[in-house]
Amino acid sequence: MRTDTSLDAVLDAELAGLDQLEVPVEQRPPLAVRLWSNLWPKLAAIGVVVLAWQVAAWSEWRPTYLLPPPADVARRLWDDLGTVDLWLAVAHTMWRAVVGFAVAIVIGGLIGLAVAASKRVRIAIGSLITGLQTMPSIAWFPLAILLFGLENSAITFVVVLGAAPSIANGLIGGVDSVPPLLRRVGRSMGASRVGLYRDFVVPAAMPSVVAGLKQGWAFAWRSLMAGELLVVIPGTQTIGTRLQFAREFSDAEGVIATMGVILVIGILVDSLVFSRLERRVLRTRGLGVA
Amino acid sequence: MTSLEVHHEARVIADRAPAVSLRGVSKRHGSGDAAVLALDGVSLTVEQGEFLCLVGASGCGKTTLLSLVAGLDQPTTGAIDVHGRTALMFQEAALLPWRSAVKNVELALKLRGVPRGERRERAMELLSLVHLADFADKAPHELSGGMRQRVALARALAQDADVLLMDEPFGALDAITRDILHDEIERVAAEQRLTVLFVTHNVREASRLGDRIVLLSSRPGRVVQELPVVVERPRRIESPEVSAIAAEVTAKLREEVRRHAH
Repeated sequence: MRTDTSLDAVLDAELAGLDQLEVPVEQRPPLAVRLWSNLWPKLAAIGVVVLAWQVAAWSEWRPTYLLPPPADVARRLWDDLGTVDLWLAVAHTMWRAVVGFAVAIVIGGLIGLAVAASKRVRIAIGSLITGLQTMPSIAWFPLAILLFGLENSAITFVVVLGAAPSIANGLIGGVDSVPPLLRRVGRSMGASRVGLYRDFVVPAAMPSVVAGLKQGWAFAWRSLMAGELLVVIPGTQTIGTRLQFAREFSDAEGVIATMGVILVIGILVDSLVFSRLERRVLRTRGLGVA
Repeated sequence: MTSLEVHHEARVIADRAPAVSLRGVSKRHGSGDAAVLALDGVSLTVEQGEFLCLVGASGCGKTTLLSLVAGLDQPTTGAIDVHGRTALMFQEAALLPWRSAVKNVELALKLRGVPRGERRERAMELLSLVHLADFADKAPHELSGGMRQRVALARALAQDADVLLMDEPFGALDAITRDILHDEIERVAAEQRLTVLFVTHNVREASRLGDRIVLLSSRPGRVVQELPVVVERPRRIESPEVSAIAAEVTAKLREEVRRHAH
């Protein structure tokens, strides 16, 4: 018995030693260094663009009231940010975006799951989804306006059509690329068909699902901007109507300032929601960098 | 038998049904002209508590055989009886990369119907058993290959299996890690009174671990020979007794491979 115990102790020590040797030593630079190394390339890129714009303005390629210099637009944007109107317009537009995107997640998710799980459904509509994805969403508006009139629902309809195919394709691609071994593991662990999807297949597909959501958001945002220019509902202030009115008054400063707002919202939503989600999903799986 | 002095380890397996029995099991993959006969009339029994090593060259249908025993696939002909539950381990640990070590083990408990409140504690016990309690919250990608296989072992144990089916589980590990894990699996199997069906193409590994070695032929897989490994435990893979058994099995295996030369 004594020999057994001492052998056990030796094995314990060997296992522990091996484990310590094989765990990677993690090295992370300090927070300030990471933030700065993340920030300066962005600032440099913005600087280059603003400089090019300033040079174009100085060259007087177009008169100043059509192509105002960056400083004038910045001042205008600053003034606009102090008005209630801008924030009401942003709120209204964001509400449309969120509703449309939420509906797209439900519809795209259900269709994606159906195609991924069933061979027949895939044959029936698999290529149609990709076809829809390549169709410019603005092409849907004439039909949407005929079907729904100049109403919010016309815009939501097109936003959903714009985003849902990307979301569905992300899910389908993700499920297709799940390693067969993982399904085998699930089945050998006694997972039911639902359990196999819930605990193995869908989580394994998450990197692709998130990529689909990200792309779906981009399509939704674009469709929404197109929709707000085409479907103008009287008395409703949105980012799209601001853009339209500014153009009608030949207010180039207003047009560019509003475009800045559109761009910033796009970047903020992507970096605060989708890129963050993507990084998290990749990091927990030991994929991706930084 | 070898001329070296070996001790037979007496095992009391009286009046008990075998843990696994295969009777005339054949498995054909595909159909028509493209059909491949993976297993041909394999009859085999694994006694309860036995550590049985299946050895064969490529194409002997080892993996097919384990799938059949695990119930993932049905034999074309023949019958398979399994006494108790099975758990499978693969060459890759096949842990879920988005779950930490302890959560991988918890999933097996969840699928077995263990109530939520008891899972964490039970999973930690199992990780302690494979000496990984300190690494419970690490993600699989933060662990070494050997550690991942031990988490996979804990997960297999969480399935409350009586029969552990192992498909070349240490094939992808470096030699020293493999040696240590041989000791580990031997200890865990004895402590948990597991029946182990261990597939490998590493003859020394089979001689180190097995109570018995079954040699399979290739294309199609048939049982060529069964030989008991009468070497007292604890064993060392480099010991003369283990080497002698390995030499005997290797000679047979080479003979089998030569048959396919023409």
